[in-house]
Amino acid sequence: MKNKLKKLSIALLVLGSASCVTTQPQETAQLRPTGDLGVVIERATGQVQIVNHTHNNSLAQIDGLGDLSHASIVYSRDERYAYVFGRDGGLTKIDILKDKIAKRVIQSGNSIGGAISQDGKLVAVSNYTPGGVKVFDAESLELVADIKATELLGHAKNKDGSTKRSKVVGLVDAPDNKFVFSLFDSDEIWVADFSTAQYTVKKFNDIGRAPYDALISPDGRYYIAGLFGEDGMALLDLWNIDKGVKHILKDYGKGDKKLPVYKMPHLEGWAMAGDFAYVPAVGLHKVLVINTKTWQQVDEIDVHGQPVFVMAQPDNRQVWVNFSFPRNDTVQVIDTQTQSLTDTLKPGKGVLHMEFTPRGEHVWMSVRDEHKIQIYNTKDKALLKEVPAASPSGIFFTNRAHQIGL
Amino acid sequence: MFVKSLSLVAVLACFTALPTVASQAQTVSDERKKELTHIVKQDCGSCHGMTLKGGLGTPLLPEDLKGKHVDFLTHTIMHGRPTTAMPPWNALLTQSEARWIALQLKRGNFTNEK
Repeated sequence: MKNKLKKLSIALLVLGSASCVTTQPQETAQLRPTGDLGVVIERATGQVQIVNHTHNNSLAQIDGLGDLSHASIVYSRDERYAYVFGRDGGLTKIDILKDKIAKRVIQSGNSIGGAISQDGKLVAVSNYTPGGVKVFDAESLELVADIKATELLGHAKNKDGSTKRSKVVGLVDAPDNKFVFSLFDSDEIWVADFSTAQYTVKKFNDIGRAPYDALISPDGRYYIAGLFGEDGMALLDLWNIDKGVKHILKDYGKGDKKLPVYKMPHLEGWAMAGDFAYVPAVGLHKVLVINTKTWQQVDEIDVHGQPVFVMAQPDNRQVWVNFSFPRNDTVQVIDTQTQSLTDTLKPGKGVLHMEFTPRGEHVWMSVRDEHKIQIYNTKDKALLKEVPAASPSGIFFTNRAHQIGL
Repeated sequence: MFVKSLSLVAVLACFTALPTVASQAQTVSDERKKELTHIVKQDCGSCHGMTLKGGLGTPLLPEDLKGKHVDFLTHTIMHGRPTTAMPPWNALLTQSEARWIALQLKRGNFTNEK
């Protein structure tokens, strides 16, 4: 009976739409798939642009998102909603079908990034003030859990008189509906498990001094935190979580030579290609090549400046590198077969971020001080198009919706 | 912790004892001031927040810098803070430029104008 009704209504719909075709052609024209869309942060003006990477154009601009310095984005698994994590603690859910803000909450005073759970039902935000992680219902943005970071008893109090808590960095999602994050001031890695109705938190202490950022390998197995306070990195194997945190790459870091480090490299973009990871050196004009079976450095490649993002194309054939101030007008390309430098591009001052189209034929770059996005062909490095944008920073395409850790 | 604050005091004391540095007399051109403002917001801002409210780095609003001498701030900008992420900027800035930045920070001039 139900089925019959359904069929009838479909028939009516078809009839109806057939009769409408001549009168309302826009109805169909307005359909907008989201699989080839993306969102670009315009950091100075608190705006974002919705872009299309098939047609290489901008579709809409949305404002009122607050302080977007260092903002990042995750997507709902239906690729309809973008969750924007602002610096001022704002969490904004943008409807990219309707070009408008669907919901917005100010959830803390100062935040740094976020993640969406494996099942797509939870959005987590890592906060500096007050230090901790807040977890929200992805649909309603209602608070589901407030995980407070470790109290810092020896420190000065917050302005409101409360005890300071550790800042939280390097928040990622992991399989089994987990969130993993690092505590900058208390040298910890925590794993919050939301696979059961009552969540649990597993804590690892003394993981190394001052973790400042982290990444998770694309298969969701290894969580790796970079350390500010000492050389080396902290590695947690989530497949063997009971083995605890290991200290790896003990020479990775500033060592004792030291160029001043004006910007610590981002870890999220860590390029993993085959058995190798391509890693930005800290304070050196080098990209390091690491064997991910042994976690030993096997090679180093001289580059133009101190690398910030070292990102592999989706096919892993080439690795693209941008650099920190004052050498941030340049991008270089490394061939992963020969592990040698092949190209040097000069997009302009302030290249902050790069994003590849899902299968890697194009790369988009934000060139902050030139107020534009540049789109390059990854094969011949030809500049295809420039799209105007006010102080663009992060570029995030919707295919991230289906990638662990992004 | 105690040792750290002690060494801060020592640095301060050393500075206040010094006669006014000659390079302070050098002026910073209007064009360079624009560039410096850009550097403060964009590059200092990557740790201290674009609105200087703080991030992994400390907040740099006037209320946060109360009690910190301009010479101490200038020294921090030029030479960094060992054991922290604060790098020395003396390869990119002159003493008078760093001092100009320190003064503007104390006065809140980077955050007032919009």
